[in-house]
Amino acid sequence: MLADGVSCRGVAAHLRRALLIGVLVIAALMYLVPLAAMLFTSLKSMPEITGMAGFESNTILTPPRAPTLAAWGEAWSRACISVECTGLRGYFGTTIPMVTCAVAISVSIGAVNGYVLSKWRFRYDTVIYGLMLFGCFIPFQIVLIPIARVLGLMHLSGTMAGLVFVHVAYGITFTTLFFRNFYVTVPDEIVSAARMDGAGFWSIFLLILVPVSGPIAIVAVIWQFTSIWNDFLFGASFGGANARPLMVALNNLVNTSTGTKAYNVDMAGAMIAALPTMVVYVVAGRYFVRGLMAGAVKG
Amino acid sequence: MATLEFSHVGKSFGSVDVLKDIDFSIGDGEFLVLVGPSGCGKSTLLGIIAGLGSLTTGSVLIDGQPINHLEPKERDIAMVFQSYALYPSMTVADNIAFSLRMQGMPKAARMEKVRDVAELLQISHLLDRKPQALSGGQRQRVAMGRALVRNPKVFLFDEPLSNLDAKLRVDMRTEIKKLHARLGTTIVYVTHDQVEAMTMATRIAVMKDGIVQQFGTPDEIYQRPANTFVATFMGSPSMNLLPGVADDGGVTLADGQRLPIPGRGDVLVGLRPEWFTPLPRGDQPEGAMLATVEVIEPTGPDIYVGLRLGGAEVMTRLPAGTDIRTGELRAFAVNADKAVLFDAETGVAL
Ligand SMILES: Nc1ncnc2c1ncn2[C@@H]1O[C@H](COP(=O)(O)OP(=O)(O)O)[C@@H](O)[C@H]1O
Ligand SMILES: [Mg+2]
Repeated sequence: MLADGVSCRGVAAHLRRALLIGVLVIAALMYLVPLAAMLFTSLKSMPEITGMAGFESNTILTPPRAPTLAAWGEAWSRACISVECTGLRGYFGTTIPMVTCAVAISVSIGAVNGYVLSKWRFRYDTVIYGLMLFGCFIPFQIVLIPIARVLGLMHLSGTMAGLVFVHVAYGITFTTLFFRNFYVTVPDEIVSAARMDGAGFWSIFLLILVPVSGPIAIVAVIWQFTSIWNDFLFGASFGGANARPLMVALNNLVNTSTGTKAYNVDMAGAMIAALPTMVVYVVAGRYFVRGLMAGAVKG
Repeated sequence: MATLEFSHVGKSFGSVDVLKDIDFSIGDGEFLVLVGPSGCGKSTLLGIIAGLGSLTTGSVLIDGQPINHLEPKERDIAMVFQSYALYPSMTVADNIAFSLRMQGMPKAARMEKVRDVAELLQISHLLDRKPQALSGGQRQRVAMGRALVRNPKVFLFDEPLSNLDAKLRVDMRTEIKKLHARLGTTIVYVTHDQVEAMTMATRIAVMKDGIVQQFGTPDEIYQRPANTFVATFMGSPSMNLLPGVADDGGVTLADGQRLPIPGRGDVLVGLRPEWFTPLPRGDQPEGAMLATVEVIEPTGPDIYVGLRLGGAEVMTRLPAGTDIRTGELRAFAVNADKAVLFDAETGVAL
């Protein structure tokens, strides 16, 4: 009897485990299959993709029979975007500085905002915090026309500086929220102690809070980097012909058709454009999860 | 070195009065303990001295000078916080040196001072560690080091020992007292623990609901409590309060026994547990009180003996080894000279 009970429980445990693993495998496949399709397609030649003679039985998930990086080279330096046929290469040089500036500025301002909103009391502080929170939920589409007008007044229309401004303005709601919620976990007594020790507003921030902000800074940077790098709407709306970010260029590359659609080049282009975010996640993903869970001061 | 004076200090949060008319002063080098149940406004008052919180009315004076308008850093006051509030990213040495760094003292001079303080507090071996890697007692010492290094006019302590275990608390209590004797700096020390108050203070302010119930030396507070709150809050086991009716000849208790303490009207007779002495069995001289022994609790050096006396429960403290039995009717000599009479209605000492 007893032995039966034990083995029964053993079987149930195994089943539960098998079920768990099964679900996880399916979830992983849902992400990996499209990626595999993209990778395979980008490594194939056009005849192989379109199922011309010799490749009739091919599907989108058949591994490339003769892998070639030709499409990657094409997307990198030769594909036509609007009228210029120089590939995506040149757009890295303009997009990376724009994204870097926007991320750095929005994260820095968010950190200061979070510090002020969590550690200093002033008139209407809760109202301001509420408005910040509300700002996170404003859909992009609503603000397009007002932003266009503001950029025009600032003489920043169609410039990378204008895009930086837009991304910072939109991003500080999120970064403020991140830092504010992180800094409320730092005991107020630490700030009081520093005030008594003679530290002022900036000394407290720079010498005491910033050094413990690593985890949340990583979260904010990754969040901002991904959303700004992947942004298409603001780039397309405000960049114009002179300040075209990579994502807009990618879209144009895909839509600039000369004859048949070059799926392999499109796929290669999409993967090239996605590489920086992938690198960021691989390098910092571990800290991202840790940062989301972290309080500032370990007891 | 400084005198400290509270002049009609009041504080409200919105419509709630958290501190009401705090008005007393202490001399240079005194050890003032603010004691009272949690929520009575002790930390708020400490924050006002420190300049971390504002006051609504009145003023605080150090050496006769009002300090209301001064920033915390301009007051030359150091504070040890309940949670220690160490700077998490800094080493122990940098924690202690932080105030000196803010003053712009050169690094070599800073480190020399840090070494002196660390030696005084026996934490020299911890100087390179981060707060995370310290035990509670060690953090406590670092927090004290951070205050000591500044050599301020006044030290403030907000329940500094409440996060330590019992043994360590007693050790640190002694150590802080020694430190005070050695430095002679004025200290304001907040606690809810009446034993800490009694053992450390040169002056005690007993607080309740934002009001100072009594201000005095530990002895005054213990022997002559100003009201029944102070009487029962200070001392353990707490002072017994026996209801009775007083006249010029003495107090008649509920069971008809009389204590020779003159007074008037309905009163509570305050008697400390150690003011009772059991008499030899069968002996019952004039003035002795008869009581039934209800419970006996040995504690080591003392035994706590619960009596039924004068229609009330009475707790007494007797030396260990006292010959006494549960259930017996026994005569007790009571130190009526020391007894304190309180108005039964208002609880105020007569
Ligand atoms: N910022 C605040 N706003 C409103 N009420 C407060 C604030 N700070 C403290 N209080 C109230 O003031 C009273 C005294 O608090 P505190 O000084 O911390 O008491 P203690 O240190 O004696 O335990 C408490 O009732 C507390 O709720
Ligand atoms: Mg308190």
